[in-house]
Amino acid sequence: MSVDLSIPRELLLALLPELVLTVWALVLLLFVAWRHHTVRDLRIAGWLALAALASTAVAAWWLWYNLAQPAGLAGMIAIDDFRWVTDWLYIGGAALTVLISFAYLEREQLVAPEYYVLIIFATLGMMLMSAGEDLMVIFLGLELMSVAVYVLAGFDRKSPRSAEAALKYFLLGAFASGFLLYGIALIYGATGTTNLTLIGVQVGLGGTGVMLPAGLALLLVGFAFKVAAVPFHMWAPDVYDGAPTPVTAFMATGVKAAAFAALFRVLTEGFAHAAAWQEIVWWLAVVTMVGGNLLALAQRSLKRMLAYSSVAHAGYLLVAVASGKAAGTAAFIVYLVAYTLMSVGAFAVLAAKGRRGESDVLIDDLAGLAARRPWLAFALAVCMLSLLGFPGTAGFIGKWYILIAATSAGHNVLAAILVLASVVSAGYYLPVIMAMYMKPEPSETAHDDVRLGRLAEVAVAAAVAGLLLFGVWPNRLLDVAKSAGDSLRAPAAPTAPAAGS
Amino acid sequence: MYARWVPTGLLAWPLVAAAIVLLVSAPRAKYVALLATLVEFALSVPLWWQFAPEGGMQFLADYAWIAPWGIRYTVGVDGISLFLVLLTTFLMPLSVLGSWSYITKREPGFYALLLGLTTGMIGVFVALDLFLFYVMWEVMLIPMYFIIGVWGGENRLYAAIKFFIYTFFGSLLMLVAILVLYFHVGRATGIYSFAYPHLLANLGNLGNLGWWLFGAFFLAFAIKVPMFPFHTWLPDAHVEAPTAGSVILAGILLKMGTYGFLRFALPFFPTVALSETVQVVIVTLSLVGIIYGGLVAMVQPDFKKLIAYSSVAHLGFVMLGIWALTLQSVQGALLVMINHGISTGALFFLVGMIYERRHSRLIDAYGGIARVVPLFAAILTIVSLSSIGLPGTNGFVGEFLVLLGAFRTYPVATALATTGVIIAAAYLLWALQRVLFNPLDKHENEKLTDLTPRELAVLIPLLACILWIGVYPKPFLTRMEPAARQLIEQVRGK
Repeated sequence: MSVDLSIPRELLLALLPELVLTVWALVLLLFVAWRHHTVRDLRIAGWLALAALASTAVAAWWLWYNLAQPAGLAGMIAIDDFRWVTDWLYIGGAALTVLISFAYLEREQLVAPEYYVLIIFATLGMMLMSAGEDLMVIFLGLELMSVAVYVLAGFDRKSPRSAEAALKYFLLGAFASGFLLYGIALIYGATGTTNLTLIGVQVGLGGTGVMLPAGLALLLVGFAFKVAAVPFHMWAPDVYDGAPTPVTAFMATGVKAAAFAALFRVLTEGFAHAAAWQEIVWWLAVVTMVGGNLLALAQRSLKRMLAYSSVAHAGYLLVAVASGKAAGTAAFIVYLVAYTLMSVGAFAVLAAKGRRGESDVLIDDLAGLAARRPWLAFALAVCMLSLLGFPGTAGFIGKWYILIAATSAGHNVLAAILVLASVVSAGYYLPVIMAMYMKPEPSETAHDDVRLGRLAEVAVAAAVAGLLLFGVWPNRLLDVAKSAGDSLRAPAAPTAPAAGS
Repeated sequence: MYARWVPTGLLAWPLVAAAIVLLVSAPRAKYVALLATLVEFALSVPLWWQFAPEGGMQFLADYAWIAPWGIRYTVGVDGISLFLVLLTTFLMPLSVLGSWSYITKREPGFYALLLGLTTGMIGVFVALDLFLFYVMWEVMLIPMYFIIGVWGGENRLYAAIKFFIYTFFGSLLMLVAILVLYFHVGRATGIYSFAYPHLLANLGNLGNLGWWLFGAFFLAFAIKVPMFPFHTWLPDAHVEAPTAGSVILAGILLKMGTYGFLRFALPFFPTVALSETVQVVIVTLSLVGIIYGGLVAMVQPDFKKLIAYSSVAHLGFVMLGIWALTLQSVQGALLVMINHGISTGALFFLVGMIYERRHSRLIDAYGGIARVVPLFAAILTIVSLSSIGLPGTNGFVGEFLVLLGAFRTYPVATALATTGVIIAAAYLLWALQRVLFNPLDKHENEKLTDLTPRELAVLIPLLACILWIGVYPKPFLTRMEPAARQLIEQVRGK
């Protein structure tokens, strides 16, 4: 069925998943206001969060199959496959995060069920960002997500590193939001609108002076901060390192994915005909890939290595952005699915191995893990190979799709740089496997306290199964990603400005 | 029925067997693995008779795989890949038997990886879809990485990561080249496909792009061969790998590089490959490989390293034969590929066997042991002579054909390459003298035991092949001739 977004009732219908999640968030908030003392309360809150995410996923799925893309000019929010697919991605990422958080919070004695409320609010923000067809909605979503994640980063109150991470993230995040908002203001000044479709039409007509490029540049800087692209990545390693590990997993996957999704929508729908950004993103991708990989190579702590590697992966995703068009968007979605699975898997195993923030787990501390915990080592090995982009894993399919998008857009050099950067990444992913399988364990009891909770085991098993399944049989995922990529509406060609509409 | 399923069966069976090996108890793993590899070999033997030399690509199977990208599962065997597939299935049971007492820890893992490796190697040789080829090419890296890294010698971690990164580096650039080809042909024909025949038929004129693409393929294959100066991973990997790992590395993995040149680099980019510059570069590098490899082998104190460097020299002959592009030289190159797998494989087995007794690979640690272990000495001598290329052994037939054929194309280079045979005689005979003959002056060597029946079971099939190809190579030559001729016509014709 088709909806008319100017009718409030139908607008509400189109926002059903967000509304469901909001209601759940409020219920959860009420619950934790009364019950926040015992481990049992913590568990109940976790299960409630899972229920919230599940029901939202159902709502999004229902709309996905029942709502058609409205004709004519878009309103404030989009109704397209891109939105539903990314919604599912965020919900999946959040659910995996919740699953690996159960045992972690109990072990680290972070008995504060508000944690789950914040995760739900952050997810809500992400969903708004993907839905926004208007720069203001995107900005609102971004702030909702960011504020929740600022708090999450500092959730381990007793740890100074966690507090430092939160403060750093907040200050630099606020700074980035400022850039973004100023960019939006300039774009509004140049085009007279914040609606992406209308901006697209205006840009197509040309003659917007210097204000539009300036606004676009500020917008790009703001997004580059959020996705931690070099040279705007400085905050990422410290924040990722200081935050509790499940939160790091959430930031590396969901938060980054949401920023990228919004960036995709803005660039594709609003600025397809503004030439300048492609070159900027091209260079941003190159320095991010090269910088992220080289910095990761120098790390000895597993968590910092994963933090820098997540910068490198932002670079690969920027290649998809630079390739633009439907192929780039579809590649981006496939890559994000793979990246979410492998990151959550890797961080979950790290959380099981570490204590008190995990920043002191060196790669060499994993020595001999394979002999004691074969399945855990196998899971981490699969995640590492997938991060490396090795055939047979979803990471390879994602990277391959990005390469396809890049070569089809004629960026052969960019594709070559991407693969060379991947070779560098072998230099830090392989030592993890090497430590686990090829080095002797330091002592008999070195790995005795390595415990994943039952639910975290489910999450890791699901992630690894997904990685292997999509690595060998990605057809279904590719179809979904393609329909999402095609659903972004590019503005009409500039030679024939929207005369009819 | 057999023709349609044999490549798929050869690919699937080792994986099934690997899963079984992982499930059984550690002491039983090797028995299961031996049985599995023997079944694999038995499955592949009828290929030898069923293969029709003039039939081109046969035993084809073709199924849709990742439809949105036009990727298919396509496999087939022709006169070039037939022998490499058979060589693989032939060497695998021997490798399992050769690891029998060498591998003592984590046995199920080792044998499962060995079986996984089989799938990867056969996959490379039978894949007719470039995506499938690339996947197989990479997939076989992981088992080898673990085999070197977990069961290798003292310096195994360094050797394993070096091996991995060298190969990975080359193959990723090839991946980009494959994609560029895919789009180039896709735009020209409207059909986006990774199918080998489709790409081959519709490449058209690549112009300058051809140089870049050839460069990417060249790098991937040259590292694998390995050609000088990309060979530095090889001595490390060979020396550190356990016996079975060295045998497979030398016997089969190196052949993937030369196979890649024959199957992809030459037919795809004939104008680039036959341009003056590329010919000079490749012939020079092959010559350097032959002579430098031989000279470096001569001064090695470590017997295993000596064999490793001799591989560089042998593969130089293969490259020379391929690039000379005459019927004899290409057939000779194919034969040297097989011979090298057999002779060098046997040499690595022999070194592994003496290492198990004495725990030293240094040539200086031995001397005069022919009196203590006569059987070992006799077999080592025969195998060394075949590696040198003594008439009557397989080595002679292959290298002679290469030199004969290459002389027509590159007379000067071939004359120089001939010295490689002399150098080979020098380093191997000198090593034999120091190990087997000379006075028996080391006390530890007096109690060495001679070969056991199990070790003889490993070596006798190899010896039989050495003599068979040396005396009557005709069945091999007739089977490879049409494929070699077709390749030459294809490349020269464009």
